Amino acid sequence: MALFHIAEPGESAAPHQHKLAVGIDLGTTNSLVATVRSGMAVVLNDEQGRPLLPSIVRYLPDGQVEVGYGAQSWQARDPKNTVVSVKRFMGRGRKDIAHVESLPYDFVDEPGMVRVKTCAGVKSPVEVSAEILKVAKARAEAHLGGELVGAVITVPAYFDDAQRQATKDAARLAGINVLRLLNEPTAAAIAYGLDNAAEGIYAVYDLGGGTFDISILKLSKGVFEVLATGGDSALGGDDFDQRIFCWVLEQAKLPPLSHEDARLIMTRAREAKEFLTSHAEAPITVKLSSGPTIDLTLDVATFAEITRNLVTKTLQAVRKALRDAGLRPEEVKGVVMVGGSTRVPQVQRAVAEFFGQEPLNNLDPDKVVALGAATQANLLVGNKTGGDDWLLLDVIPLSLGLETMGGLVEKVIPRNSTIPAARAQDFTTFKDGQTAMAIHVVQGERELVSDCRSLARFELRGIPPMVAGAARIRVTFQVDADGLLAVSAREQTTGVESSITVKPSYGLSDDEIAAMLKDSMSHAKDDAQRRALKEAQVEAQRLIEATQAALKEDAHLLSAEEIARIEASIAKLQTLMLGDNRRHINLAMDDLGYETQEFAHRRMDQSVKRALAGRKVDDLNTAEEGSQS
Amino acid sequence: MDLTTDFFSLFQLPRAFRIDLGELDARYREIQAQVHPDRYAHAGEGVRRLSMQWATRANEGYLTLKKPLERAKYLLHLAGHDLQAESNTAMAPEFLMEQMEWREAVMEARSGGDHHELEHLHHRLRQDLQGRYEELAALLDDKRDPEAATEQVRRLMFLEKLLLEIDDALASLEDGEMDN
Repeated sequence: MALFHIAEPGESAAPHQHKLAVGIDLGTTNSLVATVRSGMAVVLNDEQGRPLLPSIVRYLPDGQVEVGYGAQSWQARDPKNTVVSVKRFMGRGRKDIAHVESLPYDFVDEPGMVRVKTCAGVKSPVEVSAEILKVAKARAEAHLGGELVGAVITVPAYFDDAQRQATKDAARLAGINVLRLLNEPTAAAIAYGLDNAAEGIYAVYDLGGGTFDISILKLSKGVFEVLATGGDSALGGDDFDQRIFCWVLEQAKLPPLSHEDARLIMTRAREAKEFLTSHAEAPITVKLSSGPTIDLTLDVATFAEITRNLVTKTLQAVRKALRDAGLRPEEVKGVVMVGGSTRVPQVQRAVAEFFGQEPLNNLDPDKVVALGAATQANLLVGNKTGGDDWLLLDVIPLSLGLETMGGLVEKVIPRNSTIPAARAQDFTTFKDGQTAMAIHVVQGERELVSDCRSLARFELRGIPPMVAGAARIRVTFQVDADGLLAVSAREQTTGVESSITVKPSYGLSDDEIAAMLKDSMSHAKDDAQRRALKEAQVEAQRLIEATQAALKEDAHLLSAEEIARIEASIAKLQTLMLGDNRRHINLAMDDLGYETQEFAHRRMDQSVKRALAGRKVDDLNTAEEGSQS
Repeated sequence: MDLTTDFFSLFQLPRAFRIDLGELDARYREIQAQVHPDRYAHAGEGVRRLSMQWATRANEGYLTLKKPLERAKYLLHLAGHDLQAESNTAMAPEFLMEQMEWREAVMEARSGGDHHELEHLHHRLRQDLQGRYEELAALLDDKRDPEAATEQVRRLMFLEKLLLEIDDALASLEDGEMDN
């Protein structure tokens, strides 16, 4: 049947065939897409051969959207509708955004996340980011000649839960299956470590357009272990531009500027910064629309002076991360520099001085994150190339906690905990007959709730009336491998339960995303339905293959009767998959999932036992590969 | 071997305070290599959830056994001796006196910005802790005296907290110096 397009490139049926996966570095200034080709990670260029995709989105009155270089040329002419550095607004309220008054946008301050009013309507940062991701996805699919199985999207290590969730939502909105949210410095460490067979303690200093991260990692025999991370999710190259901008205003003694002129000076400021990476001074010439012409010269020494405390701030975060890792600067074997802003000479100098060694600059600081993400994506979809196999142990950057009496924070999971992580804490009622308990989840290091980021509030209701202190309410935090938190609460004596995936108070609810997806597809409704059906079919095929492979390997873990039941479920799904009823396919998949649950448990237990029985991981993998071919 | 296996059995280590930390590291990595969510990123939802639970459990177990104080608490817990940290706060008066002296010394050094004195206190406390952990090892592994071990654990909880306070004071002094 023509309906059955399963064997398209990229969604190939056979498990040993190459699956299409990419790494996407969704940057403040620029984004990149990379993939692994013939065992090598490569950045995918646009049609003009350019690797970068400027993270700039312009909305037009007719509903058209321009992304990248096309939008970039409009930022001074149409500043209100041309959104730059949207990453700085992800998961942020208006009050959290630095220099908000100097930005040209009409902000709408919604609870949780700020939105921007454009000529095409009010847009959330999630929607704007989704436009960038859509272009990245299209670029990948054009190169690879098929639909993507999934992508690893990178985020700053110091991104909190709100910012991570917003990023994941943006990817979903762009129709991307997110294999993992990967921390940018960790991605860089993978790219660097695999390239150089690095062993020992490494620091990754990542100064991007809008964010700063420092991660301390231990690299040893195929294990990348993050020991500590720190940073500032609102400090980056943009701030260096901002300092030059302010210097220009001061020097030229300018009256209040129009948004267009302000944008223009900001652009010149950025150009001057870039010029100073290889020159002793930079000319700044701007012809303002209001008449006057600015003609200034900025020298390196002045530039270093006006940005000195930005550099100092990064070094403070470095010290803190080292302290958390229990290490001294001289114990670090190498410092990997990542992010375009590490090209700034005074940054290079300060880092070299701090660590007492020249930082490593042998990888392109713009590309290294995307390359690492592509390598990880390739591993996650199961494209094994040669003996490449590694384990990544990452951490959460900020402590997670709960509000307790008096507006104080009780930390539940401390920062730098290896993820996935879970922790339960017991609480009790403080009033006689109390039947509900408010649970307020926060993130941050400070003692007062008001100084931390509020992530979610929810209520556990239906607690049976008891005397104060008699109820036992267990609140459980679970952080997954993407660094995202889910919280549940349960009254122990009665089993009353309530849980939440921390998100609605700042992000988009699932309903909102569904509505947006529907909106974006309403002009092609049939298209959307066909697409959904196809996705279900592909998913079903994947599930069947995985189950069959598992049966082939581990049938000995099951009784004849159990095998028969699983095989019956497979047969049913195989039949339904050929039809066009998506709901039936999904139900049959749920059914197969249910029938194989116990099998999955036994297989996992077995693999742990095997690992401990002294068999090397390598032996196991070889055995698995052998049995597949 | 399943999700409810105790941490010593999980990492195939003897149920004792003195353990080989190198072994622990190796076993932890072997288990994570098998169960980590990155191994199952492309699997069905049920398997992904299971992998997360296993990896979470391995992380929790690793942390518990790696830190000596946590390891001791866990050993006592397995042996049915819970610490009742909140309800039972009785402490020997000499120990409490000693604590007060320590705390005064830390406070004085902190308010005077005495970096050197804080370093000195840190060093002294470290030595004190080391001696106490050796005693604790003997109580748990040789003398098998859970009551005395519990008492020692509760003192160690005080002292570890004090060490954290000293380190925090040192950190804020260093950050202050950076600002200038």
